[in-house]
Formats: sequence, C-alpha cells, structure tokens
Amino acid sequence: MPREFFERKIKQIQDEILLLGSMIEQATLDATAAFKNRDIPTSKTLVEEDQMINDKRFAIENAILIQMATQQPLAHDLRLLASMLIVTNELERMGDYAKGIANNTIRLADREIPTPVRDIEKMAEIGVGMLHKALSAFFKEDIKVAVSIPKEDDEIDALFNKCYQSIVNNMIANSKIIDDSSLLLWIVHDLERFADRVVNICERTVFIKSGEMLEMSSNDDEIE
Amino acid sequence: MNNNLQSDFRENLKSRHKITRWFYIVLLACLLVGLLMLTALIVDLAVEGREWIRPELFLNYHSRKPEQAGMKSAIIGSLIVMSLTGLFSFPLGIGAAIYLEEYARKNWLTNFINININNLAGVPSIVYGMLGLAVFGRMFGLFSTDSWLVKLLNLKVGEGALNGLQFNLFGIPWLEIQLPFHKSLLAGALTMTLLILPVVIITSREAIRSVPNTIREAAFGLGATKWQVVSKQVMPIAFPGIITGIILSLSRAIGETAPLIIMGAFTYVPFLPKSIWDQFTVMPIQIYNWITLPQTEFRVNLAAAGILVFLTILLSFNAVAVFLRKKFEIKW
Amino acid sequence: MKEELDNSIIISTKNLSVSYGSQEAFHGITFDIPRNRIVAIIGPSGCGKSTLIRCFNRMNDLVPSAKVAGDVFYNGQNINGSNVDAVQVRRQIGMVFQKPNPFPKSIYENISFGAKVNNYQGNMDELVEKSLKQAALWDEVKDDLTKSGLALSGGQQQRLCIARALATEPEVILMDEPASALDPIATLKIEELMQELKEQYTIIIVTHNMQQASRASDLTAFISLDRTRIEERVGVLVEYDLTENIFFKPAEKETEDYISGRFG
Repeated sequence: MPREFFERKIKQIQDEILLLGSMIEQATLDATAAFKNRDIPTSKTLVEEDQMINDKRFAIENAILIQMATQQPLAHDLRLLASMLIVTNELERMGDYAKGIANNTIRLADREIPTPVRDIEKMAEIGVGMLHKALSAFFKEDIKVAVSIPKEDDEIDALFNKCYQSIVNNMIANSKIIDDSSLLLWIVHDLERFADRVVNICERTVFIKSGEMLEMSSNDDEIE
Repeated sequence: MNNNLQSDFRENLKSRHKITRWFYIVLLACLLVGLLMLTALIVDLAVEGREWIRPELFLNYHSRKPEQAGMKSAIIGSLIVMSLTGLFSFPLGIGAAIYLEEYARKNWLTNFINININNLAGVPSIVYGMLGLAVFGRMFGLFSTDSWLVKLLNLKVGEGALNGLQFNLFGIPWLEIQLPFHKSLLAGALTMTLLILPVVIITSREAIRSVPNTIREAAFGLGATKWQVVSKQVMPIAFPGIITGIILSLSRAIGETAPLIIMGAFTYVPFLPKSIWDQFTVMPIQIYNWITLPQTEFRVNLAAAGILVFLTILLSFNAVAVFLRKKFEIKW
Repeated sequence: MKEELDNSIIISTKNLSVSYGSQEAFHGITFDIPRNRIVAIIGPSGCGKSTLIRCFNRMNDLVPSAKVAGDVFYNGQNINGSNVDAVQVRRQIGMVFQKPNPFPKSIYENISFGAKVNNYQGNMDELVEKSLKQAALWDEVKDDLTKSGLALSGGQQQRLCIARALATEPEVILMDEPASALDPIATLKIEELMQELKEQYTIIIVTHNMQQASRASDLTAFISLDRTRIEERVGVLVEYDLTENIFFKPAEKETEDYISGRFG
C-alpha cells in the first residue's frame, strides 16, 4: 500500500492532537467549575498544568514539521499537515483561555460579586461541545458537520452579549465592584474567543478538503 | 515559417532533398552492380554445369575420361579437413580469446599480443602454406636420418613418411604416429587451423567483449569466482557470436587452395583416406585441376558443376551460421 | 543519534580512503552503520558515494587502478585484511545496481544463480519462492518462472535483481541508486520494499534523489567535496545523523545548502 509509513505517522500525530483537544476540553470545564465554586487550589493546579499543554503542543508541532521535511507532502497532504499545525496553535491558545479563567478565579479569591454564573457555565458547556464535534469533523473531513457548528457560535455570542450587559449594569450600579467585575468581563471574553477559535478549526476542515478558505465567522464580535 | 529576413539560416531545402535522392540512387546502383555480377556468374555456371551434375559427380573419383570423372575424394577430403580444423581451432581460439579478454592484464604486453593477432589475420594464406610445410610437413628435417636429433636420441627412422619416424603411442597398435606429418590430412588441418586461428580469436574476443559489463558486475556481486562468472554468465551469452565466427572462418577456409597445394595435397587421389595420416585432396584443388585440363568437358562443364557443388556446400555452412545466430541471439 | 549508535553496529569504517591511480576519490571516512536500519548516502555527483559502498563488498577489487586505504569492519572483522576472501564477503553483503541488470535467463535461473555458485544445498524451489516473495514480486511472476528476466518491466526487473541478491541470504544489502532508472510508481514500490526488508536486513542506499533519502531512510550521511582542497575534488563525510535531523535541522551549513538546493 503506497505511503503506508506516512499514513501511519499522520495517524499518530492525529491521535496526539485529539488527546490535546480533550486535555483542553477538560481544562476548560474544570476551570469553569472551579470558578463557580471559587476553588482556588484547583485553579492553581490548572495554571500549572497549562505547561503540559504547551509542551504537548511543541511536540506535535515538531512531529508535523519533521513529516513536512522528510515526506514532501503535496496537495491534500500538504493542506492537511498545514491545517494540523494551525489547529494545534489554536488549541494551545484555547488552553491559555482555560488558564486565564483559572488565574482570574485566583485573583477573585473569595470576594462575592453578582455573577451570571449560569450563563458562563452554559457558554463553557456549548464551547466544549463545539470543540469536541469540530475536532472529530476535522479528522473525518466531514464538511457537513463542520459547516453546521458555527451556528452554535451565534448562541455563544448571544450569551456573551447578555453577560456583558449584565456585568456592565452591575458595574454602573455599584462602582466598588468595578475592579472585580472587570475580571468577569475577561472570563466571558475568553469563553467567547474560545468558540471563535473552534470556528477557525471548522474553516480549516473545509480548507483541507477543498483548498478554499471559507470565512465562517458569523456576526461581528465587536462590542456594540 | 519564420519570415525573418535577418535569419542566418539559408534553408536550401530543395537542393538538399535533391542530393539525398541522388545519393540513394547511387548507393542502390552500387548494390545492383554487385548483385548483377553475382547473378551473371551463377547463371553462367548453371548453364555450363547443369547437365553434369549427376550421381557420377559424387560417386566417382577423378578419371581421365570426363564422363567417368567425379569429385568424391575431393568432397570427402574437404569435409574431413574442415572438421579437423574446426576441432583444433575451436578450443585454441576460444581459450586464447577468454584469456586475452577476461584474464590478461591490460598492459603493453597484452596490447602487443593483440596487435600481432590482428596482423596475422591479414597474412596471405600462401604464407601459412609455407609455414605449415616447414613446421608440420617437414618438421624442419628433424626426423631425417642425418639430423642431430636422430643421432642424439638414436631414433629408428626410415619407416614413416619421408623416411621419417613411425611408432605406436604407448604401444597401442592403432594409435600410430608418424613424424613428420608430411602430406597427411593432419598436416593440412593443422595448417588451416593456423590460418583461421587469428580470425577465430578476433571474433571470439568481439563476442566476449559484447557481453555487457553489468552482467559481470552482477555475477561478481553475488559472490561468484572469476571462473564462475566467465563460464556461467559470459560464455553462454558470447556463445552464439563465437559459433558464428567459427563457422564463417571455416567457410572461408574451405575455399583456400594455395596453402594446401604447398602442403602437397594431391590432385589425383583415387581413394578415400582411411586415417588422418593419409594423403588427400580438397574441392578447390580438384576444380583447379579440371580447369587446367585441355578437354572442354573438364575445363568448362565439370569445373562449372564442381563450382556449383562447392558453392552449395559453402552457402549451407553460412546458412547454418545465420540460423544458429538467430536462434540463440539474446534480445536485450 | 547516540541511541542509534549504541545499537549493534554491523559495518563500520575507519579512516577509509580510495584513490584511482593518483586521483583520490574520497578521504578519511569514518562512520558506523547500525543493524536493521536504512542508511542513505547523499551528496553531489563525483564525490565518491558509489565508490564508498563498493568498499563494503570489495567490488573495488575489480577495478585494477583502485587503491583502498583504511579499514572496513563487518561484524567486527576487517574485510580489507589480506586473509579475507572477497567472494565470501560478497555472499553476505549483496548489491543492487543502478540500472536493472537481470541475467538473460529465466526468472528462476536468475535467482538460483547466486545460490548455486555459493554451493547451496537446500531446496532451491523454496529459496526462489521465498526470495521473490521478499522482493514483492512473487504474485506477479509466480505463474511462469521460466519467462526470461528481460521480459519484465523496468520496475519488475529491479525487484528481480533485489530478489536475486536476497537469494544468497545476505545480512546487508547495498543499493547504488536503485530507483534512478525507474518511473515514480516503481520507485515508490522499491521504497516500500526497503521498509519491509529493514526488519531482516540492513540496507545502505546511495541516492541522488533527496526526497527518496528523506522519505525512506533512518540515518543519512552527507558526502561532499572537501572545501579545503576544492580543486582536487576529493569527497569527505560532512555530516552523519538521523534523517529527521539532517532534513529538519542540519548541523552543518554545507548540508543545509545542499538539501535546500543552494549548492555550488
């Protein structure tokens, strides 16, 4: 079978990326739960564990570059390897978001402020769900699924706007909580960016198959 | 077409094509001239000799009466001489060729030997006749009654050819040896061997050379010794070329008259040779003899018939060579 | 790389140099080849790559003007020693050449030749079948082993030559640009074959095709002209490392220039 060696290598790297993906999914959910429960020790652990995510990212990147150097991938193979590089990068940034949430949890300590906890939890849930589907579609090269995921991003954007409004209103009502509440803004911003990056992964899925870059970002992410 | 008047190409097509056509005609003419002459010769022979190709031609010895004359001894003599020549030249020629191509180091000595062999191929055949006479026919007089060798070894001479030595090898009755060889078939065959040996060596060397070196490399690479490479790979591939070379050399030798005349092949041999020590005659000599006789029947008709028979045998030799070459040719 | 060289070493050279008459082909090459690996030797033309691998099976003996200096150790024994029989070395270190050169005989006879000259006593039919299977040619020719080796296509002929080399049950297979005369599909088949053969044999391949070296080999040796005496045109070993290092982050600038096509 032609290029069996190369195919095996790609499969190995693919498995590593899926593993990285689930590390990030877990980290995001854990960070959100730790935020909800103001669990400082868990948050500290999560910040340390981000190093593992970074290390894994570099290992995957190295492996991909070596394959590019030694196997001369062309056409579909080249698009696939290039997209795997980009997706690995996106995942690492998403890991940074989880770390960011954990850091903000640590900064908030045990101070109570009005928080749209349910909405934040929902954003994390939907985002992680999107990531899971997107990675699966990415490696299956399933365009139908990849194209359908950005719609969920709309939901996240809606939740983001809602949270944003709510947090800003709280800040206007009580100027003493402005510092802490701005931390909340970062958290919801991170979760919103998280979902945007998942959409990037879906764009790359289409790119691998067709070679065309189809911009799927729905509405503007600008703060209105 | 490029209409650029500045171009340095004056194409001159019409004139060049014309020259090609004319050359074709000239070359064709050359071929036709040769073919025509050959055809004329054969037609002439056929006209003159046709009626004289009868069983008597093959079954009778030469006789003073044309109606009873035949070339039996000549045909048999030619065939035996050719067979013996082939027998001697085959191993000698191939052996020398293998040594020169595969084993000899490429230095000045090998080159010297090669040049000499090439030169020997061009030596006139009469010279070989004289050589054969001295070396085989008379053996430098070493076995005559007053030679120093006879006196030294106290040999009993007088019974053999030219009053030379005759003895039985190892005492075996039928393994008789006569020294010198005098006018025997053996002497004639050995002389012809010398004659065709340079050509056999040259063609064999060419055949061996034409074996691609990649074959030798592959065989060595598999752990074969030199002899295994030569005998199992090189020789089988070179063989068709070598055989063709030998057959063609023999078919040249079959027509050689001068050396055998000098060796002393007789013109009137009314018997068939019973051993290699017997005297003999060959077809060209018989034909030559007939041409010199005054009667028209000999001079024109029998000679023509003889030539036709001779040509037929010659062409069959060549046909065999062509057949063998085609059959064993390797299509790379 | 260090882990590789800690492996069992099957061939190693020490200060190996070869000259043809007064012209030195390459100088002072020292490196180790681990067992069951594919080692590629790359470099520009005329630097002595072919001459180098011919030292491993004493094929330079066939060239009268070649002089070999230095040592070549095969399983610890110096094969350049005067008491070593080249014929025996060649049974254990086989060779496949650039242009496919099957003998003008049947497929069966091509393969059995190497075994016969080495006095093989076992079952010849089995050996022929095994060799053809190992060379991934059995299925294509099994119906008629009496067919001439020359009747096969170029890629098949080369696999026949590989099967022929395998029939002497060597430990090492030397390949001198084995795919340079073949089309891309046949080339890929040979590369895959090398991967399969690696498990049982050690393969050393000279190649001009860098993509082939990067795709198919475990270790790569880069041989190029000695910069300090460039007019003399003598080859030296510039770099020898894991293939993924040579093609991803080579240590020597000369290596980098060569593989990026910025040479000369």
